[in-house]
Amino acid sequence: MSEVGARLGWAYGSRLDRSRVVAFRFEGRGYSGYAGDTIASALAANGRYVLSRSFKYHRPRGVLTMAGQDANSLVQVGPEPNVFADGRRIEAGMEVWGQNYAGSLDRDRNAILDRLSAFLPVGFYYRAFWGPTKDAFLKLWEPAIRKRAGLGRISLDAPAPDYDKAYRFCDVAVIGGGPAGLSAALAAARAGAEVMLVEQEPELGGSLSYRRGERLQERRRALLEAVAAQPGITVLTEATCAGCYADGWLAIEQRTRLHKLRAKALVVAAGGFEQPVVFRNNDLPGIMLGSAAQRLIRHYAVKPGSRAVVLTCNAEGYEVAADLAEAGVEVAAIVDPRPAAAESAAARVLSGSSLREAEGRDERGGRGLWHLQRVLTEPLGQGAPEAAWIDCDLLCVSGGTMPAYQLPAQAGARLTFEERGQRFAIERVPERMWLAGATAGASTLDEALDSGARAGAAAAASLGFGGRGQAAPARTEASRSDSFDWPLTAHPRGKDFVDFDEDLQVKDIENAVAEGYAELELVKRFSTVGMGPSQGRQAALATAKIVAGATGRSVAEVGVTTARPPFAAMKLGVLAGDPLTQHRHTPMHHRHLEAGASMQPVGAWWRPSYYGLAARRDEAIAAEVAAVRNGVAMLDVSTLGSLEVRGPDAAELLNRLYTLRYDSLPVGRTRYLLLVNEMGSIIDDGMAYRIAEDHFYVTATTGAVGAVYQLMLFMNAEWRLRVDVLNATAAFAAVNVTGPQARALLAALSDDIDFSAEALPYLHGRQGRVAGQPARVLRIGFTGEASYELHVPASRGEALWDRLMAAGAPLGLRPYGLEASRILRLEKGHIIIGQDTDAMSTPDQVGMAWAVSKKKPYFLGKRSLEQRRRVGLGRRLVGFETAERAPEIAESCLVMEGERPVGFVTSTCWSPTLNKRIGLAYAAPEAAPGQSITIRDRAGAARVVPVVAPHFYDPLNARQSL
Amino acid sequence: MKIMTCPLNGPRNIDEFAYFGPLRARPDPEGASDADWTRYIFHAPNPVGVIREWWCHTPTNFFFIAERDTASDEILRTYAPDEAPAGGPDGGPAGGDSA
Repeated sequence: MSEVGARLGWAYGSRLDRSRVVAFRFEGRGYSGYAGDTIASALAANGRYVLSRSFKYHRPRGVLTMAGQDANSLVQVGPEPNVFADGRRIEAGMEVWGQNYAGSLDRDRNAILDRLSAFLPVGFYYRAFWGPTKDAFLKLWEPAIRKRAGLGRISLDAPAPDYDKAYRFCDVAVIGGGPAGLSAALAAARAGAEVMLVEQEPELGGSLSYRRGERLQERRRALLEAVAAQPGITVLTEATCAGCYADGWLAIEQRTRLHKLRAKALVVAAGGFEQPVVFRNNDLPGIMLGSAAQRLIRHYAVKPGSRAVVLTCNAEGYEVAADLAEAGVEVAAIVDPRPAAAESAAARVLSGSSLREAEGRDERGGRGLWHLQRVLTEPLGQGAPEAAWIDCDLLCVSGGTMPAYQLPAQAGARLTFEERGQRFAIERVPERMWLAGATAGASTLDEALDSGARAGAAAAASLGFGGRGQAAPARTEASRSDSFDWPLTAHPRGKDFVDFDEDLQVKDIENAVAEGYAELELVKRFSTVGMGPSQGRQAALATAKIVAGATGRSVAEVGVTTARPPFAAMKLGVLAGDPLTQHRHTPMHHRHLEAGASMQPVGAWWRPSYYGLAARRDEAIAAEVAAVRNGVAMLDVSTLGSLEVRGPDAAELLNRLYTLRYDSLPVGRTRYLLLVNEMGSIIDDGMAYRIAEDHFYVTATTGAVGAVYQLMLFMNAEWRLRVDVLNATAAFAAVNVTGPQARALLAALSDDIDFSAEALPYLHGRQGRVAGQPARVLRIGFTGEASYELHVPASRGEALWDRLMAAGAPLGLRPYGLEASRILRLEKGHIIIGQDTDAMSTPDQVGMAWAVSKKKPYFLGKRSLEQRRRVGLGRRLVGFETAERAPEIAESCLVMEGERPVGFVTSTCWSPTLNKRIGLAYAAPEAAPGQSITIRDRAGAARVVPVVAPHFYDPLNARQSL
Repeated sequence: MKIMTCPLNGPRNIDEFAYFGPLRARPDPEGASDADWTRYIFHAPNPVGVIREWWCHTPTNFFFIAERDTASDEILRTYAPDEAPAGGPDGGPAGGDSA
């Protein structure tokens, strides 16, 4: 045996590059393979078939499909769990481990569970483990079961690959690059359509890539050459179509990329799934699908055994036997359940027979489950050969074909069952979808090519390519891949597996039905059949037949469970895509960073939280607050929403939406805006600055401006007012300059705006130049000190900021961040929408009845506000304070009346200005200054604090209007 | 993903659109009883069949009306509010009939 294991001659191994030997490790032991080998094929070449332990009973499991379709081959590769060993190619230095065992793969301490299976009945997790104490399931059993059932280990340190997404378009998408798919792609492209051909495996050709015969190989070569020469065909290999969504939207996973493909028409030529046969110990390593043996031989030059038995009911199995014989495997027998089976040059045929059980050996040659040792035949009728044991180390099973129904079913197609051929067929195929090849029931190469050509031409013709459309291919008479009505009686000693992923035996499905779960969807949920990584590809048909038998219905009536995306297991990284999040930066963003700001996300924006070192956070914030109260400071408010409302009906639009009046607002003045929805709940606030009779400049909160803008347009779709609304948020940068020295600073920076208190009083606005920049100046009162909002074109934001910083330096100007801003506004008792309000908050509840016009005949929430006022207040937002530091009093702490919560704290902070803790809380409507409320703090203690007016600082507003 | 045809921008992915509810009649805010007004605010009709709905193409904030079959989720046609076909609704978030 060479270092790369025993290999067949140069005629085999189409995927191998024999010039390069690749060393890797499995379970800590060194192995070698050729470049192009998968983990499973390289191990099989070295005689190593056991890849993993089964989910429930911890039985050794090995190669089953060689196509990445079953949980048997799930392994851990370095930090990456749940990798299909028969799909992942080996790389130098790769560290591979088995999964789902305690100790080692070869000596799994949990293998004892196999003997204890009588105590682990189907659905046991729903029924057992409820004792001995309350919550025992969660605390005791669930962690233990979870550990036992673990599939791989997740590494938190694993480097994430660069996942990305591609958006693609085509006329006709062809799923499946087998003969039918190739022929469909050719037909559609020849008609002039742009075609995307999607193939799961590394090469095109489908089953032709591993089937025998020089004539087939000749035809495969011709097809591949024709596709390569045909303009208009784009090929994606190693790409899996995971989902088929509305209007031809396909999700295609290709390694680390998700292709979102919009196809105008779709041809599904995804082939079919070869079915295993159910008998005792049908899961032993050494038992594999016939196609798996063919893949090992043709793709990887691996001789899959030395003495084989083939169990089959169709022509595929006879081909497998011939392949085995040609590769030097002794074929002991072909076991065929059909009474008058075909003949074979490769081996003797035992017709009218199936298998009753298989037996294995352990690693030292004794009885065990390590590898197949012999099989016991079972005569199905009179005239069949008597039951006999046949020694073999390989059993190839070709039990029939299940069409790849998943994508058509996702799109709305239905499955029917043909009793005669004992197989499912797809009907009611949705519009713009065509089926071809084995998916359409074709069973010979000619049928596949023909159905593909017709489907491709019809798909192209439906889009107007290549003249008149052709009818979808008629179902052809099946002959080759018929299934057989295999007996499905439970073996008395069990271990006759229906679902390998979930270790479900015939009796488990029967018991699920006996428990009362007669419907297939319920059987699935109770037993978990079909819920593993193979998603029922090998289990759906057998399950349907067992349930049909147990409930006296036909297989067609039972059907299969709903097919949902994804078709195959997908990495979450592929779905998530590029982990980069898109953020918005204000024009002054880099200035904040240069000034040492700690930034925080606010919606899509990044805003300064405070300026300074994290270690001295509280000091920095207090200094920023002090600068506003005693000198001058400025805040970047470019993130505020800016809306231009223009037109003869501009005032009328604001009147109808907002709670105050704007037709009466003189030009050059600003007025508060409060927005309630039709339910009467507060949803936004801002300022309106009337620039001209027909022009308002409206601000909205950072997070809500999009919704406010949309609401304006939506309502005006009904009102049809003569008004134009523009969301100019990104066009403006804005700075709030505030503090007793703010006026002095700005007066020195402007020639054309008179900043004196008489010329520009509180709640007025002006346009002019400030610091050399064209600016809109709004006098507002948010911080409680004299405040000027300067709005300039975004391109001038940086220049404005720099000029303000330079001119303000002698006055002690400093920038302040959101933390200081929150303290400042809380000291004034100004609410923040969304922080101090929720979906039920009315102006009455938050003490803002003053902001609701009593004279206007209509505004959006008027009727609901009046009706809610009649119902009563329900709760009231009040101020509270305490001289204690009390950090345990925090947002969301409940306000209690006895044992009954009546409200909660919405905002609280330690006020550096007032030297006490202040806050806002919802309390009972009767709560009023002079009384007290009880807050249950974070430590659970009840704290009685006095209720005060929420205007903690400068209650008469003397300072902000100076 | 479905495709929706915006009367202004043509066929686009449905995730470019926002749903703004079915067209339905708003009772007179002055004259309606509390019960009628409450029903209008909180009870959304959810019929099976063809209904008229408000949709917005969010990149352009263009509002329009779609006729959709709630049983098949098929979008039958879309049109701008001022292009209501004969026999259609009179437009507006609360205008028109209640499908």
